[in-house]
Order: sequence, then structure tokens, then C-alpha cells
Amino acid sequence: MRMFRSEISALREYLDPEIRGRGLSDARQSVSLTGILGVTCLGGRLHELAGRSVLLAVEDQLISAIAMTEMDGVAWRMLLCPPDLNSAHLQSLIEDADIDVVVTDRPARWTDAGAYLVVVAHLPVPALARAKTRRPTEWLMLTSGTSGPPKIVRHMLDGLAGAIIAEGPARHPNATWATFYDIRRYGGLQIFLRAVIGGGSMVLSDPAESVSDYIARLRARGVTHISGTPSHWRKVLMSGAAANFSPRYVRLSGEIADQAVLDGVARSFPRASISHAYASTEAGVGFAVDDGREGFPSGLIGPNRDGVEMKVVDGSLRIRSPRAARAYVGAGTPAIADADGFVDTGDMVELRRGRYHFVGRRGGIINIGGLKAHPEEVESAINRHGCVRMSRARSRRSPITGAVVVADVVLADGTAAGRHETIRAEILGLCKDSLASYKVPAVIRFVERLDVTAAGKLARAEA
Amino acid sequence: MSTRLRIFEAMQQIAEEQKVALPPLQDDLQLHETGFDSLAFAILVARLEDDLGIDPFTVADNVAFPSTIGELVRSYENVPV
Repeated sequence: MRMFRSEISALREYLDPEIRGRGLSDARQSVSLTGILGVTCLGGRLHELAGRSVLLAVEDQLISAIAMTEMDGVAWRMLLCPPDLNSAHLQSLIEDADIDVVVTDRPARWTDAGAYLVVVAHLPVPALARAKTRRPTEWLMLTSGTSGPPKIVRHMLDGLAGAIIAEGPARHPNATWATFYDIRRYGGLQIFLRAVIGGGSMVLSDPAESVSDYIARLRARGVTHISGTPSHWRKVLMSGAAANFSPRYVRLSGEIADQAVLDGVARSFPRASISHAYASTEAGVGFAVDDGREGFPSGLIGPNRDGVEMKVVDGSLRIRSPRAARAYVGAGTPAIADADGFVDTGDMVELRRGRYHFVGRRGGIINIGGLKAHPEEVESAINRHGCVRMSRARSRRSPITGAVVVADVVLADGTAAGRHETIRAEILGLCKDSLASYKVPAVIRFVERLDVTAAGKLARAEA
Repeated sequence: MSTRLRIFEAMQQIAEEQKVALPPLQDDLQLHETGFDSLAFAILVARLEDDLGIDPFTVADNVAFPSTIGELVRSYENVPV
């Protein structure tokens, strides 16, 4: 099939102008994807970016999306800046990636004109000439770590799109995709690429919009396929906004999807097929699970048909994959993969009755007098209570055991305060049923809300 | 409620949760005779910190850890809040 030729090396090759009715929209505007090859957001200056290292620092997602399709196959590399990027890290990112062009919709912020060329990005206008693919462009993305400077990860389009191409275009025909992520992050970019490569349309998120307003817009735009983190989905379930929204496909990724959130999403979207995917900015898309159960079948360990190979060493999931990032970019950065080509994801798994379950991050372990607990496994037990919307387990220092597990819990709207003690006892009971005693929270606190990071993950102070 | 009663109530609650048969609580009862293990004491200290606003074993470096119920209660009573 022409759209899936292997020699294709840039996004524009997937934007077949003969496929009609494809669109890209945000909260303010809508453009036709069909005609996108005929427009420019770069003021006709694309040729100046040929072979150069471009920082894509555009706040507007829609302009970013079009600029990416223009620059891919033309620039040497493009570094995608998520909108929440801490500006204190910019200078080192510019140096590490040898940036010599900044594409931005906020030109007043980029005044060091001696160091780089500034190209102003704006809403699309008809282009005078069609761009041509000259070279495979490096896609540089930032890791979404919660502390310290982000690392730059280098991907190529064939790796980024590997999982999408492996599924083939027939998997999600005529889809209108949406995501709670920003498309400058790995999880969001996957959805944008699915829309572009799979022949669909896409609706972009807006950080200023409430969950209810966003869902209303998704309904109005006829969104059929949507992805987000389990934290995003818990927010949706809490908001009550899911009631009149009926997507065909719901995808969870970026955090551990526990049984409670999978069941909650399944109840809210009875007509949707529900998939939870494992992916990371470094390891790429590992796999997706469609059976509605948390964790993944142990049969996925070993070589898989799509070229992804997984193993578990010292409890952590390791992935060797053509979809993994090629390298970290910058001086003195470590190798992404070990000598055998496996990326250590740092995600810890446990085998129970033929199925691997994610238990947490290697760095997030709570040490209770020498015994170890992952916050995520505790949260997973707490979240099974029907009145719990979300929870966060964390370490509290203890003069006796060094640390104990404590938990902050958000209850469903309308849970009477008079029931708190009963619910607390029931949650403790659920935890005792499934967790070793040292993992059962010493203290359960009921809170109004828990913060979610810009990347859609539960904010963990100690992470 | 007095500090003493709150401590006793918290211990009884934890004993129930941990399936520990707690002997009658009196001042000369040795802590090792309560049936509480270190985890149960860690839970007690964490909950009392939330309830009473103090953790007497962390505020100073040279706190002697109590060995009887009476000493435990005094640890909490003697800390300026």
C-alpha cells in the first residue's frame, strides 16, 4: 500500500491529499489536514531551516503540529518544547542540541539573535511552494522526569511511528483522535502521528480548558479515539463529564493502569474498546493490552512479532526495540541501552499467576525497616474502594522503622463526611487483603484534590 | 480527651487492626509485652503525630525511647506543643 512504503522518511508523505475530510483543530480553530501540505506556518522561511538544528518553542499546539509536518524531512533535527518547560533549562538544552534556529510564536522572548536565527511561527497561510523531503529529520524530545533538568532523547520517525505502522491503517479506520496530553510529549505525539499516519483527524487539548469543556468539545468534534494517563481518566470519571461522550476507543498510558481505573473507564464507556499501553520516551511503545485487566500476559516477555523484545532483570522491565530512542543528546550523557541493546525502563514488575503487574518505579521505593513498598501498589489496593477517586501513597519518616507508608485519598463527590471513618476502615481492610502488613498505610488522610503534573502524571513530591 | 486516653485509644485501634491481643494498659506494662511489633509502634507514632501534632521521638536527637507504657505516655505529655 502506497501510504506505508518503507522508504518514506517524513510526515508529509502520509498526508495524502486524495483522502478527504481530515481535520486538525484546537479550542479556537480548525484546519484541513487534507490541504495541510499547501500551507505554511513559517512565513515561507522553511528553506532557511534546511539541515539546521531547530528548537520548536511554539506555545500553540496547532501551529506546532503544522510546523512539525513542514520541518520533518527538511531540518537536521527539531527539539520539541512542551509548553510547561522550565525556562531555566533552555540554555543548556540549546547548547546540548546545537540549536541554531528557534521557531517560536513568542519572538520577543528570543533576543539573542547572534546565537540563533529566529523564525516566527503563526497561523497557517497558503504556501508558495510545496516542501520536499530531503533527509530523515531527528526528533528530539524531552524526558518528563519530575525533578532536575530534562534529558534530550533522539528519535527517528520510523521508530516513533513503529507501533502505528505495525498495526496498519485498517486498525482504526476513519478515526478522529484526541488526547489529554500535549503533542510535544511522547504520549501526545503518538496520538498526533496516529492521526496523520493512520489517515484520521485530530482534536488538540487546551491547558486552559476544564475537563468538562474539553469533553464537550470532543463530543462536538465527533472524537472517536482518545488517550490519556490513568490520572487524566480519573479526572474525567470524577468530573461526571463522561456521561454523553461515547468514543469507540479509549487508551490509557504513561502511568500504571490499575484494575479500578480500567473498570471505571469500562463502566463509563461501555461501547468503547479499552486498551492500556506501555510506552516511555526512551523505550518507545512497548505493547498495548486489550483484555481489560491490569498488567500484561507473561507471554509478552521474550521476542514479539513486531520486533520488540522484553525481559525482566532484577525485577525491572527491559525492552529492546526498533521503536526505542537512538540516544540521549548532549555532552556526557549515558547510553540509552545496554550493550545488548536493552533499555532498562526502571519500571518494576511482579509475576502473579501468569501475568506481570507493574508495581512502581525503581526510584520510588519506600523502605519500611528494610522492607520495600512501591507507592503504586498501595494506591492500586486503595483505588479498589468504590468511593475512592484517586489516591497517592508516600513515605513518611518514622523514628521506629525509618519510614512508614501514608496515603492521601480523594473520595468521590458527594461522599458524606460522616462516612469517613467507615470508609477508612474499609480501605484498610482492602489493603490488608492484598498487601503485606508493612505496605498497609499507617495513616490515611482524606484530601480534596491531588495534583497532576503537566505530563498528566500524579505528582509525587519525592520522585 | 487526655493525651493518655488518646494514646490508649490509638493503641486499641491498632491492636484491633493488627489482630494483636492487647493486655490491660497500665503504666508499668513493658512495651515488649504489649504484643506490638516495630511496625505497630511506627503506625502508633505516625497516627499520634497527626492526632496530637507531635512526634516526641523525632524532635530531639537524644530522646531515650520509652520501655514502659508510663514512659511512652510521659514522652508525649512532656513535649511542649
